[in-house]
Amino acid sequence: MRAYAIAIYLFLYAPIALIVLFSFNSGLSASDFRGFSIAWYGKVAGNRFVLEAVTHSLIVAAASATLATLFGTMAALALQRVTGWLRAVFDGLTYVAIMVPGIVIGIATLIALVTAFDIVNDLLLAIWPADDPGAVPQLALGYGSIIAAHTLFSLALVIVLVRARIAGMDRSLVEAATDLYATPWGTFRQVTLPLILPAVVAGFLLSFTFSFDDFVIAFFVAGSKTTLPIYVFASIRRGVTPEINAIGTVVLLVSLLLLFSAQILLRRGAKPTRAT
Amino acid sequence: MAAAMTQQAPEPRAEAAGIDVRFRGVSKRFGAVAAVDDVSFEIPRGSFHSFLGPSGCGKTTSLRLIAGFEQPSEGEVEIAGVPMVGVPAYRRPVNMVFQHYALFPHLDVFANIAFGLKQLRPRPSAAEIGRRVGEALELVRLPGMGSRRAWELSGGQQQRVALARALINRPTVLLLDEPLAALDRKLRRDMQMELQNLQREVGITFVLVTHDQEEALSMSDTIGIMRDGRIEQFGSPSELYDAPVNRYVADFVGESNFFAGAVAAADADGATIRTAQGLEIAAPYSPRGRKLAVGSAGVIAVRPEIVALWDPAESGQALADYRFRGRVRNRIYLGDQTEFSVAVPELGEILVRAPKGSAAGAAGFAAGTEIALGWRRERALALADG
Ligand SMILES: Nc1ncnc2c1ncn2[C@@H]1O[C@H](COP(=O)(O)OP(=O)(O)OP(=O)(O)O)[C@@H](O)[C@H]1O
Ligand SMILES: [Mg+2]
Repeated sequence: MRAYAIAIYLFLYAPIALIVLFSFNSGLSASDFRGFSIAWYGKVAGNRFVLEAVTHSLIVAAASATLATLFGTMAALALQRVTGWLRAVFDGLTYVAIMVPGIVIGIATLIALVTAFDIVNDLLLAIWPADDPGAVPQLALGYGSIIAAHTLFSLALVIVLVRARIAGMDRSLVEAATDLYATPWGTFRQVTLPLILPAVVAGFLLSFTFSFDDFVIAFFVAGSKTTLPIYVFASIRRGVTPEINAIGTVVLLVSLLLLFSAQILLRRGAKPTRAT
Repeated sequence: MAAAMTQQAPEPRAEAAGIDVRFRGVSKRFGAVAAVDDVSFEIPRGSFHSFLGPSGCGKTTSLRLIAGFEQPSEGEVEIAGVPMVGVPAYRRPVNMVFQHYALFPHLDVFANIAFGLKQLRPRPSAAEIGRRVGEALELVRLPGMGSRRAWELSGGQQQRVALARALINRPTVLLLDEPLAALDRKLRRDMQMELQNLQREVGITFVLVTHDQEEALSMSDTIGIMRDGRIEQFGSPSELYDAPVNRYVADFVGESNFFAGAVAAADADGATIRTAQGLEIAAPYSPRGRKLAVGSAGVIAVRPEIVALWDPAESGQALADYRFRGRVRNRIYLGDQTEFSVAVPELGEILVRAPKGSAAGAAGFAAGTEIALGWRRERALALADG
């Protein structure tokens, strides 16, 4: 039994450990360790294409996480007032949205967007007053489409997290604030928001991490905008280099940090209400 | 006091001056359930009022109608003479102490108590808020506790914070929903006394909800006994005890021996009940009860303290009109009085309470003793059995 467990953990974590290890390899090969060096990190930092991909990824992650957090929180607050079968339907849709495989979201979003773009672009061509067809603005895949697709997925994530937090909140706290002369907006600002904030921030962090790491959905809808995972995938086809390992290590570190923060927030957020 | 209340002069302004809460034909329905059903009452300014009744009778709903968390389906709620139709909870001059306190977990004690003041426009200065929070903490005897977190406090301390948080706003009416239910017995006693003292000190009208009759009786100026969304009787504790309108109230307020049956005879002053065993017992009507019709269901209520005990060798003629023999089943010494449970063949189990100085209290008939017991006809009450 113990041997199995060790074997499984080895299988899971050994490759990751190797990536981290070889990112510090002074040699060129990604399989033959020659000595310790941080040269590859310097090389990564100097690579224009990597930096561009990182910038794209950060913009997409920040934008989609912000949108998802904003709309997800609003939806969670609104859903709290919905009851009966309507609520069951919304709950079902939310969970389904989380469980749908990335590849399905990717293909579905791609088809939907391309179809919509075709229609809109034809329309634009037809009605635009300019004579030169090259001057007519056309919709295309890019930031907008990746951000939209990521927001779609993260939205459900945020809704579930914030809903759980609201459900754990004592209803009478809102009434107490109202009773103490707070207007509906005052109650939201001074009581509801501070109480759900840990879940909101955790939702943002998880959404950010998801978007930053996502390859599958981005691959379908990115168009010409190369995000970091897409860049890594493309470079691997030319062979795994310690440079890729260095990128992997950095991404791993950032992701772990964000997930860990989210976990702490969710835990700490749950404490005070339980203690009463 | 209750009599004065119900005989108000009809000029609305003069009347309004003395009444802090008024319900006029108020009903609140949740679907098919009438949580509050056509209720009317008046609570005079500066008094301590309680709603008493079993679980689900509509006590909390009545309180929530005053607070503004619920709107009446029918009827009118007035606070200090002002109709509350369309007035949201945050504009009503009332504050509530919630059953589980509902202290804000993300704020410390100071910020919890200052919450109401901070909503005022213009907002009081920080110094003013600090001073008043200090006073409020003093009032509930928690000086220097301002920086604690709500969930670091004991149940009793949380309760005081909840009180301070409400009282600091000097509301017209303070609403309390079973504020002591979560406390242990000893602490509950202390808090009952404190609440009562506090109410006298601040002079604010208190409206308390409880299902603990002892609590209601010991603290209130007036009590509304509730049942299935209706107010069965509204009056002072002594009025409810001495002049219940029916068996339900007599049963809820204090303890009683009841002998139920059909009304065999009735006149303007009292009625005779024939029990299932064929026993005929007469008593005068309760001063607030209604007259009984012959053949209807009635009950004779005999409070434990009006039952006399004596040695069966004596006649007891001077002590009681109705006299029975029985055997002491149980004797509980309560300090200032002694409680007996006596098995009487014709009546069943009879509860008797004898004060310390009385013959029975002194003789202290032990369990198993054959004794005689009885009561005077005019001290019992004939009530409707409902
Ligand atoms: N929001 C609501 N929706 C539906 N029914 C309700 C609602 N609030 C109260 N009720 C019903 O109204 C009735 C009275 O409820 P209420 O809470 O006023 O009782 P209560 O006297 O305070 O009881 P307890 O001593 O158990 O607190 C109950 O039958 C309850 O189920
Ligand atoms: Mg209640």
